Amino acid sequence: MGTHSMKFFKTTILAMSIMGLVACSSSGDEEMTTPTATNTGAADTAAAARAAEEARLAREREAQARMEAAALATTVFYFDFDVSEFLASDRDVLAIHGRNLASNSGTRVRLEGHADERGTREYNLALGERRANSIRDYLVVNGASLSQIQTVSYGEERPAAQGQTEASYRQNRRVEIIR
Amino acid sequence: MIKKIFHMLLLGVVVSQSVAAAELNIEITQGVDNPIPIAVVPFTWQGGIALGEEIDRIVSADLQQVGEFRALSPANMLSMPDEASEVYFRDWRILAQDYLLIGKVNHSPGSQLVQVQYEFFDVTREQKLVGEMLTGSIDQLRDIAHEISNVVYEQVTGNRGAFSTEILYVSAQFISPELTYYRIEKADYDGHRSQVLVESQEPLMSPAWSPDGRQIAYLSFETNLPRIYIQEIATGERRQITDFPGINSSPVWSPDGTKLAMVLSKDGSPDVYVMDLMTSQLTRLTDHPRAETEPSWTADSRSVLFTSDRTGQPQIYQVPITGGFPERLTFDCFYCAKGRFLPDGKNLVHVRRDTREDNSYSIAIFNIDTQRVITLTDTSLDESPSVAPNGSMIMFATTVNGRGILDAVSIDGRVKFRLPSSQGDVREPSWSPFLN
Repeated sequence: MGTHSMKFFKTTILAMSIMGLVACSSSGDEEMTTPTATNTGAADTAAAARAAEEARLAREREAQARMEAAALATTVFYFDFDVSEFLASDRDVLAIHGRNLASNSGTRVRLEGHADERGTREYNLALGERRANSIRDYLVVNGASLSQIQTVSYGEERPAAQGQTEASYRQNRRVEIIR
Repeated sequence: MIKKIFHMLLLGVVVSQSVAAAELNIEITQGVDNPIPIAVVPFTWQGGIALGEEIDRIVSADLQQVGEFRALSPANMLSMPDEASEVYFRDWRILAQDYLLIGKVNHSPGSQLVQVQYEFFDVTREQKLVGEMLTGSIDQLRDIAHEISNVVYEQVTGNRGAFSTEILYVSAQFISPELTYYRIEKADYDGHRSQVLVESQEPLMSPAWSPDGRQIAYLSFETNLPRIYIQEIATGERRQITDFPGINSSPVWSPDGTKLAMVLSKDGSPDVYVMDLMTSQLTRLTDHPRAETEPSWTADSRSVLFTSDRTGQPQIYQVPITGGFPERLTFDCFYCAKGRFLPDGKNLVHVRRDTREDNSYSIAIFNIDTQRVITLTDTSLDESPSVAPNGSMIMFATTVNGRGILDAVSIDGRVKFRLPSSQGDVREPSWSPFLN
């Protein structure tokens, strides 16, 4: 159970860092417009603007790195009941995974697909594979190569959470990216 | 308890033949309204002391588990004959018994052999129906008892008894989130004398019998990929028979023993294939971008049933192994899967969820001629139905109080019995063919 609340925690951090990034860039825009609007023409003012711009870019790079790190640390993706397409809200994070694979061609990942226990075991094996494939295909769209990705379905054989509650089922319908 | 481990393979898979600590114990959960009354008199022991297994109790348990019989308590018996000359039918008519079974066990002190003599009577007609002497070793007492049950059952019902059959099942013992022991076990049909055939820390699935009862096929994740293996039961000798990319699952022998149906997703999505076991040649039976899985054979080895969600939700289809367009068999359910015919080839046993809303998976029988559906179970997470070789009962897996257990139900739904396990979850029962 501890690991699951951890994963939820990671997701929250990521969401916050994305929001942080948005906040950062919008405040950057304000800094950009301020010197242009006053337009004093003084050399020291221009130097100050350059410094501010560099600082802004550094902050942005830092935010970007933080966001990518958080995205790459997010390795479990959950699915709705009987659905094999990943959640729209996971698109950004998965795109980062895909681009990261594209720029690190030596990296290999394994996508493990899982289903909850409802329904028959062998059909659930198919469902788990379809979920892993939906994520694989999106990683490839974002530049990853098929040869970097192995998919495997465990069906309902390896639940992350025990129990017959919707809360457990939700944690079990998942794809895990294993590096 | 001596552990005979035949093979210790890489990756922690142990193929062994040992008596499992976790024996299943039968509990009758539902019987028929008017069971046939039968008196099974305690068998007497001649020479030497009784050796644990009491034949009369095993026979009584057998007959009551299938629900059609009710055994008279020995405490209520007026006499305890052990041979025909001591039988007074009047004693049994007074007790409203229809049938009477008596017998004795002969065991010379120090000998490994026992002789069991039994006689079976029709009380109403005051007639001996059968009498036999069975000889075996001491550790075959249960086999002898089951054989007597087979004779009694066939005499009364006209159908062959399945009391000498066995089951395979998967057990999972959860130790920690990082460690679960998966096992394929074999036991008598009633859960006694269980043996571990395969043990692994990676999932094991879909145990299946060869038609001669000598080999099993199953799915193992021991290489971290799902691959199909065939194993000799007696020796533990085994071989990996598939190594295709993607899913390799659901091995099922054809009734004639020459082929193995299986599911492979090597061509993009799960499809049903048939492998010729002599040549290893593969024939593709389905070709569809959705999931096709859960093959099972018709009795003539000429067609295969499978589950497909090509229309959105899983439904059951049938296709001839010579190829052709699959025929859809089920329509009026939200989820119909894992279809297999009863021996009559007309009644289709399956896992059924009627509507999206009812959210309950039951074992049901659909008659393809009359289109009638009978739902047999009332638990909600039922799966993996497996039919006894005489077609009388269906064993299936369900979940009760959070634990995986095995239940059996008669094909008319009137009789149920349960095999709870003493440790871990059990699932995926596979009922053997007739073994003798």
